[in-house]
Amino acid sequence: MKERLVLIGNGMAGVRTLEELLKLEPNKYEITVFGSEPHPNYNRILLSPVLAGEKEFDDIVLNKREWYTKNSITLHAGSPVVEVNRVKRKVIAADGTEAEYDRLLMATGSSPFIIPVPGAELDGVISFRDIHDVEQMLVASKKYKNAVVIGGGLLGLEAANGLIKQGMEVSVVHLMDTLMERQLDEAAGAMLKRSLEENGMNFMMGAQTEAILGDKRVEGVRFADGSVVKADLVVMAVGIRPNIDLAKKAGLYCERGVVVNDTMQTYDPRIYALGECVQHRETCYGLVAPLFEQAKVCANHLAELGYGRYEGSVTSTKLKVTGIDLFSAGDFHGDDTTEEIVFQDLAGGTYKKLVIKDNRISGAVLYGNTVDGAWYFQLMREGTNISDMRESLLFGQSAHLGSSGHGGQSQASAMSDDAQVCDCNGVCKGDIVKAITSEGLFTVDEVKSHTKAGASCGSCVGLVEQILANTLGGDYSAPEAKPLCACTEFTHDQVRSTIREYELTDKQGVFDKMDWRTADGCHVCRPAINYYLISAWPDKAKDDAQSRFINERVHGNIQKDGTFSVIPRILGGRTTPHELRTIAEAAEKFDVGEVHFTGGQRINMLGVKKEDLPAMWEFLTDRGMVSGHAYGKALRTVKTCVGSTWCRFGTQDSTGLGMKLEEATWASWMPHKFKMAVSGCPRNCAEATIKDFGVVCVDSGYELHIGGNGGVKVRATDVLCRVETEEEVMEHCMAFIQLYREEARYLERTAPWVERIGLSYIKQRILEDVPGRKALLRRFVDSQEVAQHDPWTARAKGAEAHEFTPLKKIGE
Amino acid sequence: MSAVMTETWVEVGNLSDIPRLGSRVVKTADDEVAVFRAADDTVFALSNRCPHKQGPLSEGILHGHKVTCPLHNWVIELENGEAVAPDVGCTRSYAVRMEGDQILLSV
Repeated sequence: MKERLVLIGNGMAGVRTLEELLKLEPNKYEITVFGSEPHPNYNRILLSPVLAGEKEFDDIVLNKREWYTKNSITLHAGSPVVEVNRVKRKVIAADGTEAEYDRLLMATGSSPFIIPVPGAELDGVISFRDIHDVEQMLVASKKYKNAVVIGGGLLGLEAANGLIKQGMEVSVVHLMDTLMERQLDEAAGAMLKRSLEENGMNFMMGAQTEAILGDKRVEGVRFADGSVVKADLVVMAVGIRPNIDLAKKAGLYCERGVVVNDTMQTYDPRIYALGECVQHRETCYGLVAPLFEQAKVCANHLAELGYGRYEGSVTSTKLKVTGIDLFSAGDFHGDDTTEEIVFQDLAGGTYKKLVIKDNRISGAVLYGNTVDGAWYFQLMREGTNISDMRESLLFGQSAHLGSSGHGGQSQASAMSDDAQVCDCNGVCKGDIVKAITSEGLFTVDEVKSHTKAGASCGSCVGLVEQILANTLGGDYSAPEAKPLCACTEFTHDQVRSTIREYELTDKQGVFDKMDWRTADGCHVCRPAINYYLISAWPDKAKDDAQSRFINERVHGNIQKDGTFSVIPRILGGRTTPHELRTIAEAAEKFDVGEVHFTGGQRINMLGVKKEDLPAMWEFLTDRGMVSGHAYGKALRTVKTCVGSTWCRFGTQDSTGLGMKLEEATWASWMPHKFKMAVSGCPRNCAEATIKDFGVVCVDSGYELHIGGNGGVKVRATDVLCRVETEEEVMEHCMAFIQLYREEARYLERTAPWVERIGLSYIKQRILEDVPGRKALLRRFVDSQEVAQHDPWTARAKGAEAHEFTPLKKIGE
Repeated sequence: MSAVMTETWVEVGNLSDIPRLGSRVVKTADDEVAVFRAADDTVFALSNRCPHKQGPLSEGILHGHKVTCPLHNWVIELENGEAVAPDVGCTRSYAVRMEGDQILLSV
């Protein structure tokens, strides 16, 4: 017989848990749901648009009744549970319906707080919490004129905005002097107030409600100072509190909320609770993202999968209040130990404040332009030292990093529905909005997997995030530090430090030690783990071919038609007639489709059939040419100009130096591809200032550059230092590469890595700590001893032959 | 399909010819078939074309009873060739039978 699961609370958190559970174990439980409202599950976040007349109730239903039927779930809608009998393990509803449970899930949510003033019970005094409240407001707006909203927080302002749109005169009463003081500081609150006043909203600030006046229906509101304002409708939106009455009555331990552990269980392990009614590690959450994280963990536990813990959420809030974008995170008020960086443009409607403590962002408020919220939040969460970018920090990531691929668009709200957001996959804004509303999406990852927007180069993720915030309105919060992939709850950094600490040398060791959820990982985690293993233990860890992406497994770049490209190494971009002849002959002999010069001064032969690769490599390696690693997360190319040998401006032998650098570093596996260049003078013809490591020769020596990028986000390099000799260039280059190899996350280019950890840190490790630099250099040289072998030569001689030949040909 | 047509079982190779979590290709007169060997040594066969943009599935990374297409990361079920949600699509699957370590394919 199936176990019985009963859910109390037919809202977003509870039903989301059921959805997650059905994905994992569709047949484990016989499920019964009790909801106090007479509706199927709907999206509470979208009540404001319903009030404003922009949406109908049907538009915001998340799970229609058919969904319950299809999944064999018994739904008792409009049937509030009044008792949980833990001894007999059953719940009893107000109408007498009973249901027995083996496990119980309480997601009773929260109730609006009604201030206990005389008259609070009068007709026309309502809260703003569910669809019933919205219906009452809509009816009232047709009959009456004057509305008073008590509470100048997000909900209050949304209600006031909706009522104005329905034609009412609205006054907002707020106890504090700043609107939305939990999300905004004084300056931003004042800007918001001014903007709302321009739209016809009236405010009474610092006003304490004393009584609601009227006989049967409300007629007015009186304040502590004796003043009275006329009102036909009063909306109380002063806050919510967890709904814990039922849990308390059942004898479950409660404080502010129902207290739960990291697997969302209450003090009775048969009873789970989640959502706005719970208190987890001293915190109650009211935003949707934490609730969904809880739902995932809870579903895992109900499915008896035994992994997944909820460890709390760090949230930022990105809101859209009545058409204005707002963002805040962390401690944005600051104190004596903090400093502020502020930008304010009253006429333009933009305000940005960053609170800095010990050169790290500890809080942020953005008003009007929130495109960089996610970036600031990331810098804050990761504790990035911002001293190197102080001057440009407020101008945002795009001032800091140029970007290509979305026409310079930075404000999603200004885009039309047919404007393309993701240029890689051709996804328009309208497609994304439609997916969010029709599929009920709440996170960037969900949008990525449903629409593919942001799933390729990632440059449009900021826009996708804005569209989410705009579409979901006032309840979108960015997720916190991400696990490596869906197979684990651990992050890249945790996986890597575990590999080092426990000296793990193969993937199975990592899976076992870290309780991987899948038997053999996935296409995301396996390549990352393989890299962490071979970079941590170059001599002990065995490279796992089946964990490599195809390009690195067969040492060529796969093309859209399944053929491969072949790019031989040409050190420093300086070639010879012999090499050119070899390439020309190979191209003809193997009938390649196209010969192309690359951006890194190499020659690319495209359209090579996989079966021809070993023979082609044999032809090339016999004539002295080796793999160019153009397919790998590895050193790609060192681009050079001709330098002092020929050029009348050249100051040093840039070609010779570039060749030496390439000779020393080729075939080294890295977190991501790595490009270098050496320019012979500051005219910089080799474009060294957009490379991962660049050298600009000067008359007195060499200027070393790091962290440049010419791709999706253009980033000019930071200057590391100047040195006088080629030997010093080599040493600094290899030490820098080794630091990158050891500390950057898999698939993190140097540009974002340098952004994340800060130039000062790199200077400290490479310049100030001289013994440390020597040790980095030593470790790099050691790893090169293992790594620096030409893979083409080996395969031309028959290694890994199974990769290149069909298992069998039938019927030819 | 096999109920209607006469099945032809063709021996295509030995289990040890395919690395664990790897794949090899069998060329037939009218198709290219990717033969996969999962970590648990179960063998599957699919037409070597991703339902998305015809990427060669044999070049993908195997995990569990799934393969990730090397071109755009669609994940395909090895059992039946169906794309894993939210992607939608299906590629042809071929029946596989083992006789000892010999792999037989129904073509």
